[in-house]
Amino acid sequence: MPTTVTPNGPDDSGSPHPFIPNTSADRAAMLDAIGVSRFEELVHDIPAAHVYPELRLTDNTPEPALTAELSALANSNATPGEYACFLGAGAYRHFIPAVVRAIASRGEFVTAYTPYQPEASQGTLQVGFEFQTAVCQLTGMEVSNAGMYDGPTAFAEAALMACRVTRRRTVAVLDTVDERLVEVLDAYVRYQGLEVQVVDSSSLRTPDGAACLMAQSPNVYGVIENMQSFIESAHSVNALAVAHVNPTSLGMFKSPGEWGADIVTAEGQPLGVPMSFGGSYVGLLACRQAHVRQMPGRVIGRTTDTRGRRGYALTLQTREQHIRRERATSNICTSTQLIALMATTYVAAMGKNGIRRIAELCYQKAHYAANRIARLPGYSLPVEGTFFHEFAVQCPRPPAEINRALLERKIIGGYDLSRRIPNGMLVCVTEMNSRQEIDSLVEALEDAGGRA
Amino acid sequence: MSSGPAARDRRLLMERSVPGRFAVAIPESDVPPAELPESSLLRDDLDLPEVAQLDLVRYFTLLSQLNFSIDTNFYPLGSCTMKYNPKLNDEAAALPGFSQIHPAQPFETVQGALRLMYELQQMLGEVTGLPGVGLAPLAGAQGEYAGLLIARAWFDSAGKSERTVALIPDSAHGTNPASAAMAGLEVVTVPSNDQGNVDLEALRAACDERTAVFMLTIPSTLGLFNPNILDITEAVHEAGGLVYADGANLNALLGLVKLGDLGFDICHSNLHKTFSTPHGGGGPGAGPVMVAKELASFLPAPVAALGDDGLYRFERPENAIGKINGFHGSFSILVRAWTYMRSMGRNGLREAARNAIINANYVQAKLRDRFDLAADRHCMHETVLSARRQKARGASALDIAKRLLDYGVHAPTMYFPLIVDEALMVEPTETESKETLDRFIRIMRQIDEEIDQDPALLHEAPHDLPNTRLDETTAARRPYLRWQQET
Repeated sequence: MPTTVTPNGPDDSGSPHPFIPNTSADRAAMLDAIGVSRFEELVHDIPAAHVYPELRLTDNTPEPALTAELSALANSNATPGEYACFLGAGAYRHFIPAVVRAIASRGEFVTAYTPYQPEASQGTLQVGFEFQTAVCQLTGMEVSNAGMYDGPTAFAEAALMACRVTRRRTVAVLDTVDERLVEVLDAYVRYQGLEVQVVDSSSLRTPDGAACLMAQSPNVYGVIENMQSFIESAHSVNALAVAHVNPTSLGMFKSPGEWGADIVTAEGQPLGVPMSFGGSYVGLLACRQAHVRQMPGRVIGRTTDTRGRRGYALTLQTREQHIRRERATSNICTSTQLIALMATTYVAAMGKNGIRRIAELCYQKAHYAANRIARLPGYSLPVEGTFFHEFAVQCPRPPAEINRALLERKIIGGYDLSRRIPNGMLVCVTEMNSRQEIDSLVEALEDAGGRA
Repeated sequence: MSSGPAARDRRLLMERSVPGRFAVAIPESDVPPAELPESSLLRDDLDLPEVAQLDLVRYFTLLSQLNFSIDTNFYPLGSCTMKYNPKLNDEAAALPGFSQIHPAQPFETVQGALRLMYELQQMLGEVTGLPGVGLAPLAGAQGEYAGLLIARAWFDSAGKSERTVALIPDSAHGTNPASAAMAGLEVVTVPSNDQGNVDLEALRAACDERTAVFMLTIPSTLGLFNPNILDITEAVHEAGGLVYADGANLNALLGLVKLGDLGFDICHSNLHKTFSTPHGGGGPGAGPVMVAKELASFLPAPVAALGDDGLYRFERPENAIGKINGFHGSFSILVRAWTYMRSMGRNGLREAARNAIINANYVQAKLRDRFDLAADRHCMHETVLSARRQKARGASALDIAKRLLDYGVHAPTMYFPLIVDEALMVEPTETESKETLDRFIRIMRQIDEEIDQDPALLHEAPHDLPNTRLDETTAARRPYLRWQQET
């Protein structure tokens, strides 16, 4: 292990690190210009007893050694592709065209800050406007913001938004919404004097006085919700209908905007964003024009410059924390602009037909897998309804045991759903799973099931 | 035809769309067809662009060239720590073993990823002196929110739920009061003294049995290290409250002092500032939350832990405030921060802080004859100038900021902190060379002279960018927020 940072020579006159250009001579000249003889005179406000604490960290690691160490760490993970992967439940493996990565790697996008100076940030701003346009087109909504942290936080912020719009304090959530979403919602409403009520999806009655009814479609079982009934139920008590959707499914299924939803949220990861062990992702949040001033997060608007040319700028900023402080619609500041860029380029690269065809491929392959698994001895599909690319399977043994057996055959099995369904497993199939992979899964499930 | 930025084709994707074009070929299905759902569930319209791949590349490349960025411009944006974002960090995050793994994979199959998170927790705990580390928060503001939920849960568990006041200095970032409000805390503003530091007497007077937390940015948003810091943390502790450090300015403290040693109980760190992960034009970031040992059981789920069997796993802390986002945090950003910290090492991190402070003081020393200082003393990693003299001569901080853009320099943070008139907050960072700073200083002095020589140069700036000043008032009054077919 290298022992010390850096002297480029024995006289210690070089820069201390490749990322710090000041040489000793530079520092001496600068300290002289400042009018001090030693650096320490600049920091005498720090209590003397606590300056220069011991730091139990390694010394600097030069790039070649660090690259090798990183590769070793990365290679010790089992990577989908090398393994067949049938996990979904909030993060999905899709084909990402090279063009998406290439564009999202450009330093001018990657190393820019939030576009507070619009004249020097038109690239970021126009991309954001394209993102808002794409989100509205997919969801069928009138207005989108420029992105939230991820799907679950967008879902939680939508509940807070509904409470502001309706001036009500109860958030109703269908019992078919993933616990992962509800747990984040709980963390967001906990100290705001708001109440979360779970609604039985079979009776589908929105409580009187609720600010909103929130549904997920496809839901926790992968099933497309009855959007019409859910929205009618919400509107029957003048609550807002909040739909949390999978954006890939919108390539073939009717958009929530068309059904009449008031707020739509989604996890944007399926739109060209690598799974990356859970982040960074982008949350989508779209709504009706009438509610735009209660929306959280950044919004980009088109305007003109002093010469009458089109340009873009952050707008409606009086909703935001840097202006409104404790009365802001949200505390969100830095969000996920670069991931929104990936989603935008993905949607453009796939285009009108590509998005539809990817959705149909997912649908076809998932149904092929489901039909085969349903015929296996000991396995069944216990949940009724139309599904998209995920479906619940009841296994003859606990899914944890089944998944261990699958792993031996280089298959990462489905998501453990036994909290909801005895021996339940949520299997996800996308366009990335070949017929051969699906057939191997079926075979492995059959073998693993028989060992009971 | 001019090739300057202003002359470029800015048409939107939908305005470039030609029916029948596409950028990516989609494979045919290799399974027998399944019956589609009933047509009432299906959509018949999907109004998305149709463009060829090269058109797509040219369009987005053109857009990228309309941006200022660290890779292309000096970007002394105060409070944002726009330091160089090392390329190795991005390469590391893109390794297939990191970028392609699913967040719910069995823990045995993601040992490398879990180990990296565990090690990052250790490193952040060591640098801040606050050993309980939660990597879940997805940005600074979410780190604040997590920290405040921890404080509330801790008081609740101690039977002190009546502690519902957050004391926040008037110089604080807007996220502090906004996060406090989301955590159901009542915000009480604490005034600054004439040196721009917290007024200790005012703080003591504000502390009482309802105080939950005092949130302090350190160094302050004026770039100052509060010389009374130990008295401040002691005063809050005596009143039974917790002290929260907004770590936005942590770059100034790396290896120089640990927040835990100063009496702070909770802090967050913006990895996209201090630890060199890119800003991405407004995220993604990451805002890990660090806490004292006695608060560690309240951290958001999950945290990475090392078992006796030598395997890494996710654990849910015993009194966890719950989950604040979908999975385990901004992993692709965490990889970058780990890479940076290992690349810098202990001496490199300390040198980062030292050189950031020298650079800021150098700029301050070379401009103080022309610009008023918000506080007339040595600064830490950033200096806050006031353009009040320039304003009196006819050019505002905004005019100066916009004129800087013409010289290819990104504007400093303007009009913040709110307690300084015509504020221009300059944070050069340690990754800029003396030559770059000298050029910036020359430009600032020249702009100061332009105010008297040709004020229109400032009032109408920027002149040479893709757009001149934008009409933000109309943008807000009549919001046009997505492309629509012109009728």
